[in-house]
Amino acid sequence: MRQIYSKMRLASLAVASLVSFSSSAFADDPPAVPLTGGKLLLTGGVSEVEGAAGGGLTPWAVIGGYGTARQLGANAHGTYIRTQDYALGTWGLTVGVANRVELSLARQSFDTRDAGAKLGLGENFKFNQNIFGVKVRLLGDAVLDQDTWIPQIAAGLQFKHNEQGDIVKAVGAASNSGTDFYLSATKLLLAQSLLLNGTLRFTKANQFGLLGFGGDKSNAYHPEFESSVAYLLTKNVAIGGEYRMKPNNLSFAREQDAYDAFVAWAPNKHVSLTAAYVALGDIATVKNQRGLYVSMQAGF
Amino acid sequence: MNIRHAALLALTLACANAHADDALYEQFGERAGLTKIVDDMYDNVLADPRTAPYFDNAPVKRIKQKLVEQICVLLDGPCVYTGRPMRRTHEGQNIDRAAFNALVEDLQAAMDKNGVPFHAQNKLLAKLAPMYRDVQDRE
Repeated sequence: MRQIYSKMRLASLAVASLVSFSSSAFADDPPAVPLTGGKLLLTGGVSEVEGAAGGGLTPWAVIGGYGTARQLGANAHGTYIRTQDYALGTWGLTVGVANRVELSLARQSFDTRDAGAKLGLGENFKFNQNIFGVKVRLLGDAVLDQDTWIPQIAAGLQFKHNEQGDIVKAVGAASNSGTDFYLSATKLLLAQSLLLNGTLRFTKANQFGLLGFGGDKSNAYHPEFESSVAYLLTKNVAIGGEYRMKPNNLSFAREQDAYDAFVAWAPNKHVSLTAAYVALGDIATVKNQRGLYVSMQAGF
Repeated sequence: MNIRHAALLALTLACANAHADDALYEQFGERAGLTKIVDDMYDNVLADPRTAPYFDNAPVKRIKQKLVEQICVLLDGPCVYTGRPMRRTHEGQNIDRAAFNALVEDLQAAMDKNGVPFHAQNKLLAKLAPMYRDVQDRE
């Protein structure tokens, strides 16, 4: 982590020298533009479970980090979800370039705990998945365009690779890697202190990809709708709820939609904490999985 | 009732109607509160390295007067804005989004200091936010 941070510092120093070099070309120097931190608090969202900036379960159209058009933003996050029978740990990095492009990496480890033995996998059997994400802001400004209904819109993809290929194929998945494509629209209704997000995702992923992609029931891309609503209680605290539809491709275990209710707290632009109650439905024949979601993000 | 009385009555009714919903204006402490908020905001702006350089040699006293008028109008208060259009007053100053947002933060701090409730603050910010199109020279 320390190494990553020092690399980030190095990168921002490199950008700093570029910026100061180019601005010195102007006779009438504008005030020095800070390298980051130009966005308003919480307007970069938090880190969703697959690494993109957004809510907890779904990407938003915002670009992660606090960088504006001439700045960089970046953060690292860790998320832990624990239901009655399973646990999911995720960590990742997100970089926002010029408030236009977002790159993200995430690694998920899905721990089957005691259920692993019942499923014949062995106790504490883990499914690991790596996710690389790209998001591009297409149009609009979710925060400042308060005189129009036009939201901020972004398009993104998430390439996912599950390391337990033999197992996911044995339970019926068609592949152990897959790519999700999505369009997100995000709008802050500032006078109402309300943030709305809708995301349309085209995916084959079974349980986010943790059980592979496609299946014996269907191996086609399915359009799935995701939504977040957040209410700003104070400048630092937002509460809300989310809904995410999921495909149902495997005949051995039905898959259901996911919900959460969350509270997010950002004391400043460098740290945020999110806690949620999440309901994920049945997972690999084990009924009605629900529990606590906690996530921490640090960056600039 | 002569014509002067009728005109006065009409004016009074118009005013009463225009200010039927002055709750928001009151939450900002009316004219006196706004003047204090704008004073505190400019203390912040001039101490903020992200915004201060834009105000070198600027007529800050005049800017503050016009800003009080402008905010008062946005809050449906009994004021008239006598300043120039926002585009005219900001063009060519090389203002980018980061500087615009920095000023928003300085205003938020001033509103906090003067006890303006968060949700009332957001109602004002919702009216100010679209002005970024006239204020900034680039993103």
